[in-house]
Amino acid sequence: MTQNSISTMSVARAIATKDLRIEWRSKVLVNQVLPFAGIVMVLFAFALDNDGILQRVAPGLVWLAVLFSSLIIVQRTFAIESADNALDAIKVAGVSSAGVFLGKSVALAVQLLLFECVLVMLSLVLYQVQLSWGGAVLLVTVSVLANVGIATMGALYGGLGAAAKGRETLLPLLLLPAVAPVLIAATRATESAFGVSGATLGEGWPWVALLAVFGALFGFGGTLAFGVLTEE
Amino acid sequence: MGSVDEAVRLHNAVVLLGSFPALAEASLVVKKGQIVLISGANGAGKTTLLRLCAGLVPLARGEASVLGFNLATQRKEAQAHVGMLGHANGLYLDLTAQENLKFWGAVVGASSREIALSAQRMGLHERLLNTPVAKMSAGQRRRTALAILVIRRASLWLLDEPHAGLDASGRDEIDNILREAASAGATVIVASHELERAGALATRRIEVVGGAIVERGAQ
Repeated sequence: MTQNSISTMSVARAIATKDLRIEWRSKVLVNQVLPFAGIVMVLFAFALDNDGILQRVAPGLVWLAVLFSSLIIVQRTFAIESADNALDAIKVAGVSSAGVFLGKSVALAVQLLLFECVLVMLSLVLYQVQLSWGGAVLLVTVSVLANVGIATMGALYGGLGAAAKGRETLLPLLLLPAVAPVLIAATRATESAFGVSGATLGEGWPWVALLAVFGALFGFGGTLAFGVLTEE
Repeated sequence: MGSVDEAVRLHNAVVLLGSFPALAEASLVVKKGQIVLISGANGAGKTTLLRLCAGLVPLARGEASVLGFNLATQRKEAQAHVGMLGHANGLYLDLTAQENLKFWGAVVGASSREIALSAQRMGLHERLLNTPVAKMSAGQRRRTALAILVIRRASLWLLDEPHAGLDASGRDEIDNILREAASAGATVIVASHELERAGALATRRIEVVGGAIVERGAQ
């Protein structure tokens, strides 16, 4: 069997499994990213010391915390590749770049999903927002689809910046504007899920459709572009 | 581009690192099955030459082909047949040696038997296989990286200071593996400062001087 015959999906599975195993072992998400996000959420609560305002802005605060924390997760997922120059080894091995992109995206999405579960629970306690069963279904759907957008853009720009000088500052500059549409749509849909700012549950689903479109576009575009952008 | 018995053909190849010509109109032909030793002072361009052959740096001017693939247009196709061990080992430090081998086995399509054989070959016994790479010595990491290189089954092996950090038995084992790879038809290009050891292994020697290649003859 030659390396060319290894399917994109097999490569993606190997990359995702490897990334999740490394995260499980190093526990950076649990020991560093979650406490960081928790502190950010608590600081928001201190800064906006008013229950009414907090409840109204809770959806935006949750997604801002997710977005800022996702920068750390994305940087971490590519730092493990550059620590002993494994990224070069992957390039030289002629491994399917689409497989690498998809594997990285899946691993990021799984980590983000677990992370969001904790943040949402924290927001229910800290900001005292209410969540109905219908709202919970909407929120889970929003989280999954928003994750696809953030994870795919994170994998694309994380890969692009991995070999660049000053990658720590380059990543936020590239990623944050790119995922701004996801932030807006996810925040609006979460307002509906939480039932704040006068939003009803029905108003959230069109935003979910928009998130699905973003996710599909980012996923498809990233799969095509990752190899070209990370080649040099 | 190039004949079928050529593993590497460079013609006036120029590689720029920023604006600095790390390779300056370098020309080289390496026949399949040769073991070529590259010598040269630090910063002369040895590593850049290897990275060019691995398709890791772009060609600014000139022509370059590896195993018949034009590096300007068929870089990915060439890379599928190239194995490289640079200064870094390309390992995941949080994973054990076994997990690293399994990962590479999965992405290059090596069987469990091939993985076990290459680990055994490089002296990675069970206790070492289950040790996280971060806790290994430099020599043990090098052995693990070489075991991965073996399961790649590459046609062109590019090695940058392969003996660095290894004990005497590890060095001998590398030499044996490289000789076997060459006798099985693979081409081996080794950049090394250890001229005595690597010279005994090589069938041909070249020197990189200021980005240009100077022939030093057959061994």
